[in-house]
Amino acid sequence: MSDNLLHVKDVETYYGNIRALGGVEVEVKRGEIVCMIGANGAGKSTLMMTICGSPQARTGSVTFEGQDITRMPTHEIARLRIAQSPEGRRIFPRMTVYENLQMGASLDNLKYFNEDVEKIFTLFPRLKERQSQRGGTLSGGEQQMLSIGRALMARPKLLLLDEPSLGLAPLIVKGIFAAIKKLNEEEGLTVFLVEQNAFAALKLSHRGYVMVNGKVTMSGSGRELLANPEVRAAYLEGGHH
Amino acid sequence: MEYFVQQLVNGLTLGSIYGLIAIGYTMVYGIIGMVNFAHGDIFMLGGFAALIVYLVLVGLFGGIPIALALFIMILVAMVMTGLWNWVIEKMAYRPLRGSFRLAPLITAIGMSIALSNFIQVTQGPRNKPIPSMVSSVYDVFGISISLKQIIIVVVTAVLLTIFWYIVNHTPLGRAQRATEQDRKMAALLGVDVDKTISITFIMGAALAAVAGTMYLMYYGVIVFTDGFTPGVKAFTAAVLGGIGSLPGAVLGGLMIGLIESLWSAYFTIDYKDVATFSILAIVLIFKPSGILGRPEVEKV
Repeated sequence: MSDNLLHVKDVETYYGNIRALGGVEVEVKRGEIVCMIGANGAGKSTLMMTICGSPQARTGSVTFEGQDITRMPTHEIARLRIAQSPEGRRIFPRMTVYENLQMGASLDNLKYFNEDVEKIFTLFPRLKERQSQRGGTLSGGEQQMLSIGRALMARPKLLLLDEPSLGLAPLIVKGIFAAIKKLNEEEGLTVFLVEQNAFAALKLSHRGYVMVNGKVTMSGSGRELLANPEVRAAYLEGGHH
Repeated sequence: MEYFVQQLVNGLTLGSIYGLIAIGYTMVYGIIGMVNFAHGDIFMLGGFAALIVYLVLVGLFGGIPIALALFIMILVAMVMTGLWNWVIEKMAYRPLRGSFRLAPLITAIGMSIALSNFIQVTQGPRNKPIPSMVSSVYDVFGISISLKQIIIVVVTAVLLTIFWYIVNHTPLGRAQRATEQDRKMAALLGVDVDKTISITFIMGAALAAVAGTMYLMYYGVIVFTDGFTPGVKAFTAAVLGGIGSLPGAVLGGLMIGLIESLWSAYFTIDYKDVATFSILAIVLIFKPSGILGRPEVEKV
């Protein structure tokens, strides 16, 4: 248990009276890439936001580095170095690309900003070209890169990615996934991502979970899930074959 | 021509005061989408704080240099008024955050009444005069410019520059803008949203306190109802310039100051408020979001 970076245990989350998560159990170990696949509305994004305390879980617990963060305010969770590229990307529309990246680095008061921003620009050269442009004027793919770049600027111990492939051209998805893999292999970055694009996500991940209607129904290594007939039938068939 | 320029100078002075108050309206509106109707009374409170500080200083030190006295007045008024607004936000507005939109608005109106009554009860209902602190008047090419006017315009310009720098080029300003644009995302990046909103209220109040001090010095008198009219004018300025926009608030303030003084100079003074609000109405018909305001629709 001690190499667990994140442990989500029996978490139930509600929006008003509607239960969005019904007892979710997820573990992410240091240095892993873990994915959660599932259909639209299964509760994947709710899980991501619940980890960050917005909304907070009604029952169950979220533990990060052995510390219970279930009732912690969102900004304090962020300060533990959990960075998220959330659903809908949530770029600050009236800030420049550069300022959006500065926001990502605000935990350290921009101490490592110059060094880190160069890395982001190497990873996503497009952002460098667009650095003085307002976030709201970027294309969907550029916003996705910015959202991931902004999360990376926080020097996260855990990177949460909500549908990094959503709405992007396959070539860009490939680029983004390659970048994630590289960060994981070279810098040991721990990543937890949720995806509808099951094939690409499972291929990238060490382990995966399947979520249906707010519950985890299956888990296993990326390879196992890829080979699993049920997963194939529900999420893969007709997609990439 | 000289008469016209003279009116420009007067209008600029008045407009500076409006602009300083308008910033408080526009910032609070920008960050939590609420019109803080008590802001005019915060301005009035700042004037009273400055007056009290003046009386204390004169009582203690007698012939204290005017420049030093003014500096201390502004500083203490800023701190005291900022503290007031911090408490008001925490106690009256924060608990209502997330409830329906009218709730904080009504609370703000109540707070406005409470503040002016509080001053009426504690300071008395009569006009409170302050001896003329600076009385030099300079003659520049036939236009008389008083030292008071110079002080007001210079102090305003300096404060606005500092303020503009804070909002656009410091981590605090970035956090404020981030909170304004997407509160949830700001929190995900480690911004303490509650604290940022508190600081915004404190900053707005501090500028209003400076405006209050300037107003007191300029007119030489203050009374508990003085929050209302300048407050409404400054709110008008914020709307005219485009509520939520900082340069808009300053521009709107200057415009209203100029309209008032020019109208008073060439037409009947009784109708100066009619003129001001007519122009507001006309501008809003053609540009509903104000002169520098952004349209509500945004690319998602």
